[in-house]
Amino acid sequence: MRKDIIRMLAKSKSGHPGGSLSIIDILTVLYYEFLRHDPKRPHWEDRDRVILSKGHAAPALYAVLAHTGYFPRETLLTLRTLGSILQGHPDQKRTPGIEASTGSLGQGLSIAIGCALAAQVSKKDFYTYVILSDGECNEGQTWEAVMSAAFRKVDNLTAIVDLNAHQLDGSTKEILNMDPVPDKWKSFGWAAQEIDGHDYRQIIDALSWARSVHGKPTVILARTVKGKGISFMENNNHYHGVAPTPDEAEKALAELEAKTF
Amino acid sequence: MKDAAMVNVREKKLGQATRDAYGDVLVELGRENPDIVVLDADLSKSTKTAAFGKAFPDRFFNCGIQEANMVGIAAGLSYCGKISFVSSFACFLTCKGYDQLRMSVAFPSANVKVVTSHGGISVGEDGVSQQSIEDFALMTALPNFYVIVPADGFSAKALIRQAACHKGPVYVRCGRPKTPVIYDNGVRLQMGKGSILEEGKDVGIIACGLLVYEALQAAQILLVKGIRASVVDMHTIKPLDTDLIENLARKTGALVTCEEHSMYGGLSATVSQAAARIHPVPIETVAIKDTFAESGAPEELFEHYGLTAKHIVEAALKAVQRK
Ligand SMILES: Cc1ncc(C[n+]2csc(CCOP(=O)(O)OP(=O)(O)O)c2C)c(N)n1
Repeated sequence: MRKDIIRMLAKSKSGHPGGSLSIIDILTVLYYEFLRHDPKRPHWEDRDRVILSKGHAAPALYAVLAHTGYFPRETLLTLRTLGSILQGHPDQKRTPGIEASTGSLGQGLSIAIGCALAAQVSKKDFYTYVILSDGECNEGQTWEAVMSAAFRKVDNLTAIVDLNAHQLDGSTKEILNMDPVPDKWKSFGWAAQEIDGHDYRQIIDALSWARSVHGKPTVILARTVKGKGISFMENNNHYHGVAPTPDEAEKALAELEAKTF
Repeated sequence: MKDAAMVNVREKKLGQATRDAYGDVLVELGRENPDIVVLDADLSKSTKTAAFGKAFPDRFFNCGIQEANMVGIAAGLSYCGKISFVSSFACFLTCKGYDQLRMSVAFPSANVKVVTSHGGISVGEDGVSQQSIEDFALMTALPNFYVIVPADGFSAKALIRQAACHKGPVYVRCGRPKTPVIYDNGVRLQMGKGSILEEGKDVGIIACGLLVYEALQAAQILLVKGIRASVVDMHTIKPLDTDLIENLARKTGALVTCEEHSMYGGLSATVSQAAARIHPVPIETVAIKDTFAESGAPEELFEHYGLTAKHIVEAALKAVQRK
């Protein structure tokens, strides 16, 4: 997956490696172990919904969607080119498997609540997941949604927050420190669990836990590393929105080749 | 009447991006005026306000990803005597901060300068969510706001300086890519007055932003076809220079408007409305049709969505034919 992220970003010469690499482990586990879905029927009514609210991490989701069969892997290399189904940020009309057009941060949790409520209203048992980022939680709308999901006891919804401790202009501590994050969610009425977002065991356990909670919405607060898996990208915010050069891509791919996750 | 000189446009000379010019002039303004404060929403590296933040950290507020809150804070600062410059991408600031721009800034005519970057589809590969094609419509709809779209680095600096001196709300849309050089140092530009770059009697091409260069190119192509075009850089969409529109409509009898914006609510709407009222003539529009764009290289997007010199030529020929 990571290799595909690097390949597609190097090819498109633009995009967001850091936040894609920090969320890819969680997306992988979610799609392979938890999601009820059918890549051949992306509009199947009973599918679980995944909303990537941190839309700039689209390359990570595209890699997972390609690997699980929504579209051919070769398509990944068309990322961000004119006419491609793979837009710079998610486009629900163009890409099979994309549930919501995002890229303007702060909107995904509200949409996810809507999906979860739709399941309740129509007595369906599909489940909704939404992936947020820490900088994104600066947005007021996120907290309006946090309040509203708790008030409505939307328990067929799990939010996953990618706490990679960086946003665009710098670290979250410098720009708008929101610590203690878990206390905030809990005080708003959510069931919260903190995990290492790169530890597969912990991700699996947390996602299972989330499905077992009733009467409250759940949030998984995943401590992650921005740029995870590539030594020179890890915690280096230069790679928030700058794609690897051909040389860097080669180096990154060699590193990934030598490692197993 | 000729208040601006055109630099050789036949060969494309790339100069500063308008956002880079903004970053530079902001530091100069900060040095000159201690009342200037700057706010950004976690995009200061992209909007180029970071340089101001470095030079004057105590007058710089990086609000995080909170456009609406930021506009409110900027308004409060201005109520207490500061000149607030508030920046983010054009789409996020105008869309997310709109109610605050309306109630806290436009309504009380607060001294807030909203200077955005990444206007239009020349943002390129990031795609729809980051491409603002509706900001002119939103911002011209707000009473008291001036709406300005500089075409190159030089004009961005000149117009932002004037915006800083103007008491009241001003919206300035800057862009991501480097811009072709339109103006020479020494040219005098005036906020609220369009600048005439070419004078011809057959058709009047009115453009703003990156489309000014395309319009100048189009005028050259039209000349070969025996059509002499006037070209105007209408850097101030609001308040519109209606005297100029009237003169141009009378002189040429056919107009073309060109902008990196939706065909609705922008330069085309403003100019057509004025011409219809003052001196109706055939008008053709070069703008993005009623559609969102997509990801792609900026030049490819301009071609695909009909914003190049070629498209302006076609529109001009049509307008002339309709006389
Ligand atoms: C509403 C809005 N404002 C600004 C941006 C520009 N932007 C894109 S990514 C980003 C930083 C995001 O940081 P974070 O949410 O922490 O994501 P991550 O670090 O996981 O990449 C910003 C400010 C945006 N996409 N949407």
